[in-house]
Amino acid sequence: MLLRKITLAVTMALSANVAFASCGDITGKVSIVGNEFPAIQTVAKGAADCAGDAVTVTSNLTADHQKINLAGLQGDPAEYTTAIIANSSIIALMNDDVIRPLDDLIAAHGADIPKSNLITIDGKVMAVAFMANAQHLAYRKDVLAEIGVEPPTTYEELLAAAEMIREKGIMENPVGGAYKSGWNLAQEFVNMYIGHGGEFYKPGTAEVAINNAQGVATLEMMKALTGYMNPDFLTHDSNATNAEFEAGNTALMNMWGSRIGVLMDDEGAEEVVYSNIAVGGPMTVGGGTTPATTLWWDGWTVAKNTSDDNAKATFMAMKNGTSPGILNDDTMGEAVWMIEGYKPAPVNAGVFATIKAGAKPYPMLPYHGLLHTALGDNLADFLQGKESAEQALADTEAAYSTAAKEKGFLN
Amino acid sequence: MTAKTQRRSHALNLLLIAVLVIWMILAAFPFLWTLWGSFKVEGDFFSKADWMNALTGPLTLKEAGGSFTGAGYHGAWIKEAFGLAAINTVIVCVFVVTISLTFGTLGGYALSRSTYRYAFWFLIIALIFRAMPPITLVSGYLPVFFTWNLWGHLPTAIVVLVAINQPFTLWMLHSFFKNIPKDLDESAMVDGCNRFQAFRHVIVPVMWPGVITTGLFSFLLAYNDFAVTAMILSKENQTMVPKISSFLGTTQTKGNVMFAVASVVSVTAPLFVMVLFFQRQIVSGLTAGAVKG
Amino acid sequence: MKHKTFLWFVLPSSLAMLLFIFFPIVSVLIQSVHVDTEQVIKEVKNCGPFGCETITAVDQEATQALKRDNPLGRFAGLSTYFDRRHLALDEVRAAWGNASGAGDFFSQLLNLPFYKAMSFTLAYTFIVTPLVIIFGFIIAVAVNGAAKWVRGPLIFFSLLPMLVTPLVGSLIIFWMVDARGVIGAALQYVAGDPNLSVKASTPLTWVMLMVYGVWHSAPFAFIVYYAGLQSVNKDTLESAMIDGASRWEQIRYVIIPHLLPLTTFIALMQLMDNFRVFEPIVSFSAEAHATSLSWAIYNDLGGETRQLSSAAATSVLTILGICILLLPVLVRTWRDFNHK
Repeated sequence: MLLRKITLAVTMALSANVAFASCGDITGKVSIVGNEFPAIQTVAKGAADCAGDAVTVTSNLTADHQKINLAGLQGDPAEYTTAIIANSSIIALMNDDVIRPLDDLIAAHGADIPKSNLITIDGKVMAVAFMANAQHLAYRKDVLAEIGVEPPTTYEELLAAAEMIREKGIMENPVGGAYKSGWNLAQEFVNMYIGHGGEFYKPGTAEVAINNAQGVATLEMMKALTGYMNPDFLTHDSNATNAEFEAGNTALMNMWGSRIGVLMDDEGAEEVVYSNIAVGGPMTVGGGTTPATTLWWDGWTVAKNTSDDNAKATFMAMKNGTSPGILNDDTMGEAVWMIEGYKPAPVNAGVFATIKAGAKPYPMLPYHGLLHTALGDNLADFLQGKESAEQALADTEAAYSTAAKEKGFLN
Repeated sequence: MTAKTQRRSHALNLLLIAVLVIWMILAAFPFLWTLWGSFKVEGDFFSKADWMNALTGPLTLKEAGGSFTGAGYHGAWIKEAFGLAAINTVIVCVFVVTISLTFGTLGGYALSRSTYRYAFWFLIIALIFRAMPPITLVSGYLPVFFTWNLWGHLPTAIVVLVAINQPFTLWMLHSFFKNIPKDLDESAMVDGCNRFQAFRHVIVPVMWPGVITTGLFSFLLAYNDFAVTAMILSKENQTMVPKISSFLGTTQTKGNVMFAVASVVSVTAPLFVMVLFFQRQIVSGLTAGAVKG
Repeated sequence: MKHKTFLWFVLPSSLAMLLFIFFPIVSVLIQSVHVDTEQVIKEVKNCGPFGCETITAVDQEATQALKRDNPLGRFAGLSTYFDRRHLALDEVRAAWGNASGAGDFFSQLLNLPFYKAMSFTLAYTFIVTPLVIIFGFIIAVAVNGAAKWVRGPLIFFSLLPMLVTPLVGSLIIFWMVDARGVIGAALQYVAGDPNLSVKASTPLTWVMLMVYGVWHSAPFAFIVYYAGLQSVNKDTLESAMIDGASRWEQIRYVIIPHLLPLTTFIALMQLMDNFRVFEPIVSFSAEAHATSLSWAIYNDLGGETRQLSSAAATSVLTILGICILLLPVLVRTWRDFNHK
């Protein structure tokens, strides 16, 4: 017993030393800007462990991070030395050339970062990913058992199951979905369009091409789904969709892997709801083989307009913040960490299934943010039955083209 | 119009009471509901199953072990150090109100005394300045503030809030000063004071009601501001409203929504004291004609 | 007042407004007549945790070179103002040409983002502003008639809609009007329709936004009117009473004229604030049913790729819109000023 205690003490001392040493010999300031969800809080905390006499570590984690990160990196010297971003939001930083390639820092100090976590664009490492996310099926075991149906693997099966649940009078609107007009709705279109095998642009150009058979099929499928949703679906973001699920109003939904944890815990719902929540893989649609969903990563970058010392300090601190050392019982379930030593919990099974099913990553194109905004603004009219699918797609294309001209992508 | 100038008929009295009762319900019900709900858990207060849950609180009973829970207050004030945000808000409000009023009284006084046309155009331009949507202004500030390392500090937010509120302050104070008879300061000037001395010794002593009223509106603007403070204050310097918004977040973490609800209830209490305290000044200030166009 | 003295007195506030409002307005004007330089695009290989693929990316060297030559971007004149997201001249002309009738023309017009936003903005402004004034007046008269000792609490509770931060206030009210919320359930009961949902219907969403707007702003009108009532000349009132004026006639001929200047002030501020309606749309997730010019700016700035020129043009159009809206009031003020 005594021996074990001693060993434990020694190991702890050693690991403390290791944690300290892994920050290396650094001086300067580390300043982080990023979103505020728990996994990113954990990373920032891990980075803050590198703070010392010669290094200051500060972080600004806020839901408004996308509105300030570009301006915050543009100054010289930049206010922030690193921005935590996702595969969609890195684009804005790259378009304005405010993040630096990490190749030399990786060569000198980053040999232990897994190669697959490096985001390489045109041969240069621009970011280091640390977690993955994706939307996939979440369902109520007990409800599907009651109607005697296996968890759906296609959207067509999901519709059939929804119809059976409604017919049996178990639930009036059994399908949930984050269809809030704006970003969420556009995201669902992107998922479904990819599932139908659609291409967003004419190859190699910024010219949009979504007003086609796949586009119409995508919208028709979305409209069919909304037929089984709460009539307020255009106001439901992922928070509201989860709230519906926890209230026991829905039984089937396409939900973010990162949001499953709060569903399955024992807070906010009746026991019959939270103990029966299960996750499935992503669904396909229209006989396609590509899942109708997208893969996402979150990662960190290093500012261009900062001294080399600061850049090195930032690199080491962020590496420490995303090292195996941050994983413990509390943080393990916060995300699908792409960190050695991560043990997937049942809540994360869906994201792994999505990766395995060969889902495509969210398009990382310089002009895709404009299309996402245009989709979010123009599809609601169709879902409300105010105009035809073709008209909604034509409106989207026109809105995108106007924006792309202003940004210099089209002439 | 005061209560005793005329005997009111019963019907009129009833109508009056009915109007008041209906308005009190409309005005106070959401707040009282929030006050009640702030002692429940999120699953009950924002129940999507049945609104009765907010009253009966079945999940509160299960999760917190009682009909009421102080978890929201505990989380906001102790876990999330809401007190720090409260201190920041006090600092911002005190400075915004003081500076706005100093600038505003000087400018408002001059505008009320000048007979030249440019005084009129000055007021009109100030009005047009007020038409600029604040989001555009703030997004315009960001690059400049970041470049000059002004971003994130309380003084920056204070100066911006003062500037954005100037048009409103000027308009209100200008009309207030117009109602102070010109003879007052002009006779002082005949006695040998210069303009500033006349202002200092004759106008300042009589201007307080109007200044306090305008100050109250400046205070409310600074106190409730979200557009400016959310974008240009760093985490350490956050004031209360952005702090409340950070409890809500993009992806709501369980229970944090109740932190926001609890903080809203707790920041409304000091306002109650303040309104009761300033009630008379508001009235006497506006009475003096502070807002006559 | 001498010019020089005037200058010294207004200097602090002018300086503040010059730096923080005037310069931004100028930069917004400049921004609105420029668009970004051409982005040179090239195909690159992109590798990440989910494998490699060939994508397009901005050719930084070439693009930065273009940007260095034109730091403001390309001069575009008024083309941003006339494009589809703003005044949409081409689209309006096309709709005029091919529309089968007035109804078709308007439905085509309302499909364009600017006109869709304008339709709600104008409806909101012209419905909410008078209602705020009327309700504020009624409440002020009622509170003024109450016994002295209850007035303090009455004033506080009347101010509550304005005091509670809209961030959380609207969150709670948004839940209340949900089909399963307390107000939503009450409405279903009253309407006798168990499927009634305010959030799912465009007309009901408009009504909800307007009711919220009136509820939120009525306290402002109330407090101004309440104060104004304190200064009603009692002699005039009494002589009116002696002349046998009924209560209504007293209000009509003594009180309302007395409060007229206050009404101008409230109207001025409310017209301006309501024209810039924004917060309720976002808080009530009403984007699918109602948009406004301020919301359009927010949407341009909030996307993953920020559209600064478009937001700038919309801001300028907002200012112009407010100027047109306030013109009658301004003309009146001008006449008053010259009158003196």
